Amino acid sequence: MHSFGYRANALLTLAITLLALMCAMASFSDNINSPSPSAHVQVLNINWFQKQPNGNDEVSMTMNISADLQSLFTWNTKQVFVFLAAEYETPKNSLNQISLWDGIIPSKEHAKFWIHTSNKYRFIDQGRNLRGKEFNLTMHWHVMPKTGKMSEDKIVMPGYRLPEEYR
Amino acid sequence: MDWQGQKLAEQLMQILLLAFAVVAFATGYFMASFQMMIITYFGGVALTTLVTGPNWPFYNRHPLKWLDPSEVEKHPKPQPSASSTSKKKPVKK
Repeated sequence: MHSFGYRANALLTLAITLLALMCAMASFSDNINSPSPSAHVQVLNINWFQKQPNGNDEVSMTMNISADLQSLFTWNTKQVFVFLAAEYETPKNSLNQISLWDGIIPSKEHAKFWIHTSNKYRFIDQGRNLRGKEFNLTMHWHVMPKTGKMSEDKIVMPGYRLPEEYR
Repeated sequence: MDWQGQKLAEQLMQILLLAFAVVAFATGYFMASFQMMIITYFGGVALTTLVTGPNWPFYNRHPLKWLDPSEVEKHPKPQPSASSTSKKKPVKK
């Protein structure tokens, strides 16, 4: 500790070590939070349902998507990435997941939302299996913290069905 | 700084930084603001640098006692002898 440079170095090293410790504690405090999110999707209309020239089925739909993800936010949350996926089974694949819509929620105030939208991304099957298909709409989210580990979870909403014939 | 001063500076630095870390975390947690934690902490780091960085007078209250100059003159530094040693060849390694 005989010179300013020596003391400044020691101070800076200890300061950054303690900062790392504080960030670890902040990340750990996220485990105390027990979230209770909710979501609901209503398929208003099947806009069209066709077989593409390359042989794959495609469907376009309009939905009301509403969710309350406010309980996911803590003081250590930077943003929440949320997406809605259609999930169903075909003879070729045991699980197909098609992302229909996604969004970024930057703060707690924006986490309770209701939107009316058509699917942002195209709902195309690998094949011609969609006629009369029953599918789940699952809302997935990834909680991105300011420091620490990202976590994810989902809500599965079953009971949706596509029309029997193309239109 | 003298020896006591250096020890004081080191102890002060460690205690101040630890205290500010605890205060900053508590502030951030109870205000639910990560930014408040960071601001409080770096304010504390700046304050600690101000207190323990520069060579303040209170770190020099136990100055080292160097040997008095009159004592030095009584014991002259031994000079190397000029006869044999100056012709010494350098040792080859």
